[in-house]
Amino acid sequence: MPGAIYAEGLVKTFGDVRALDGVDLDVPEGTVLGLLGPNGAGKTTAVRCLTTLLTPDSGKAVVAGIDVLKHPNEVRRSIGLSGQFAAVDEYLTGRENLQMVGQLYQMKAKEAKVRASELLERFNLADAADRTSKTYSGGMRRRLDLAAALVVSPPVMFMDEPTTGLDPRNRLQLWEVIQELVAGGTTLLLTTQYLEEADHLAHDICVIDHGRVIARGTSDQLKAQTGGERVELVVHEREHMTSAAEILAGFGKGETTVEQHTRKLTVPVTGGAKLLAEVIRELDTRGIEIDDIGLRRPTLDDVFISLTGHVAEEKEDENGSGAGAAKQSKRKKEADK
Amino acid sequence: MSAVTQPLAPRPAGGPAQSARDSLVVAKRNLIRMTRIPEVVIFGLIQPIMFVVLFSYVFGGSMNIGGTTDPAVYREFLMAGIFAQTVTFATAGAGAGIADDMHKGLIDRFRSLPMSRGAVLTGRTLADLVQTALTLLVLAIVALLVGWRIHEGLPKALGAFGLLLLLGYAFTWIGALIGLSVRTPEAATSGGLVWLFPVTFISNAFVDSSQMTPWLRHIADWNPFSATVQACRELFGNPGVSDSPAWPMQHAVWASLIWSVLIVVVFRTLSVRKYRNATA
Repeated sequence: MPGAIYAEGLVKTFGDVRALDGVDLDVPEGTVLGLLGPNGAGKTTAVRCLTTLLTPDSGKAVVAGIDVLKHPNEVRRSIGLSGQFAAVDEYLTGRENLQMVGQLYQMKAKEAKVRASELLERFNLADAADRTSKTYSGGMRRRLDLAAALVVSPPVMFMDEPTTGLDPRNRLQLWEVIQELVAGGTTLLLTTQYLEEADHLAHDICVIDHGRVIARGTSDQLKAQTGGERVELVVHEREHMTSAAEILAGFGKGETTVEQHTRKLTVPVTGGAKLLAEVIRELDTRGIEIDDIGLRRPTLDDVFISLTGHVAEEKEDENGSGAGAAKQSKRKKEADK
Repeated sequence: MSAVTQPLAPRPAGGPAQSARDSLVVAKRNLIRMTRIPEVVIFGLIQPIMFVVLFSYVFGGSMNIGGTTDPAVYREFLMAGIFAQTVTFATAGAGAGIADDMHKGLIDRFRSLPMSRGAVLTGRTLADLVQTALTLLVLAIVALLVGWRIHEGLPKALGAFGLLLLLGYAFTWIGALIGLSVRTPEAATSGGLVWLFPVTFISNAFVDSSQMTPWLRHIADWNPFSATVQACRELFGNPGVSDSPAWPMQHAVWASLIWSVLIVVVFRTLSVRKYRNATA
């Protein structure tokens, strides 16, 4: 049974660029899918195809059980979209914005009014409700935008980089709102450039690049694939590098990389902070002075560095034996999981 | 006429009633905006008043209208032209507003809502129509002050204002298409204005077109804009009604109506189609 958001072989080209090159997605009801990828990977195009803003060249999309291509207007009744920009009218007050959106969702004027007040209260905007949204801070505008997407309590939500450009405090606030929403049973597709965000909010993660899904799984699975956490340290004296490397090798789960000119050593580990403390103790006992030491978790950059390697291989396949090979290798990769 | 005959997309609730309601919701939004940015409305008023004063007093004594260079005659002649030019300048406002909505992601929001596909544009053009009516009112008062008069009675004069509003409405649909086609609001403003200068100047608005070189006069006679100006001069009873044998000059009221309706139908169809596939 397909999930609340389902896509099969979505393709969208703009001129020569294949923005989506056969994307498959399946988001079970009540869960969050984090769509991760660098700028231009195709995240926004995917969201636009699923929210009826773009018609894909080929493929199938079903949202809330409704065929997106056949019945776009019915899909629009069941979704909320919060895009990359806070899409609110800055010369309207918060209240006017929400009432307008409610009426355009075909609510009665009175209903829309009541709903607007509820949402303003819930999103901590009641005090600013009758000020034009031009006077709002960035975080408030994002909240208003999100409130607008929730006017009809849609069962399926799409958020395109909801926290891009927000300061950490506002980001945390928005995360809380999103978590509440999901706890209430909403299915959510969220795009982000931040692994941390997907980590925090998403049940499953899909990494896309060049319009293709290059990896999917839970955040733990992806991190394991990327190599997990590492201890990174910089020794004070160059002559201590060899002995430091020996110590790290004892704790590490893989090869130690040594950068001579920066005096930096890195080794993959498991065991977190406790292990880090042991490493420090050992270094101390041996009298090795260090300038810096830390536990590094894989970032999106790391995920990409490890994943784009696969993409390069796929591309060679493609050149060798046509598109079929690429498809096959993709299937194979999925089967590996 | 494809806008009329084109089958509507399947839509469970709605139809024309939903379309009208959605358009009014959007029109209301745009009118609220106008009250929040009154300077736009005020500049919109100053510009035509400036034109009245400049044309009346700078060109006034040197223009030959119906065999006389009396500045008072030119002022009466001029007013229909200024009225018509003013209503067409609403094009730029509509274009800039829609381009701004695209730019800010609002069009995306509207397109993701279960609302009528034409309502965002219709709402905008209706709000512009209200602004145009207000501008015309103020302009008419200024015109009365500089000596312009209605000679054929109020009903005909109201008819003339009706034609002017329709022309203005038609031109805002051209603006809508421009707004959807350019990348920035700034481009929509200049793109909405540049072509208006030749359209309003190669016409009977400011000079007696019978004094133009023949090929230019033909363009002026068939210019949709000229038809409305000519119709207004007839209905107001102002001097300088062209006696050109061209059909639109002989049947100016009909020509004005036909041109305006045609522009609405064509540009509405194109704009709504563009809106359906709009990408910011």
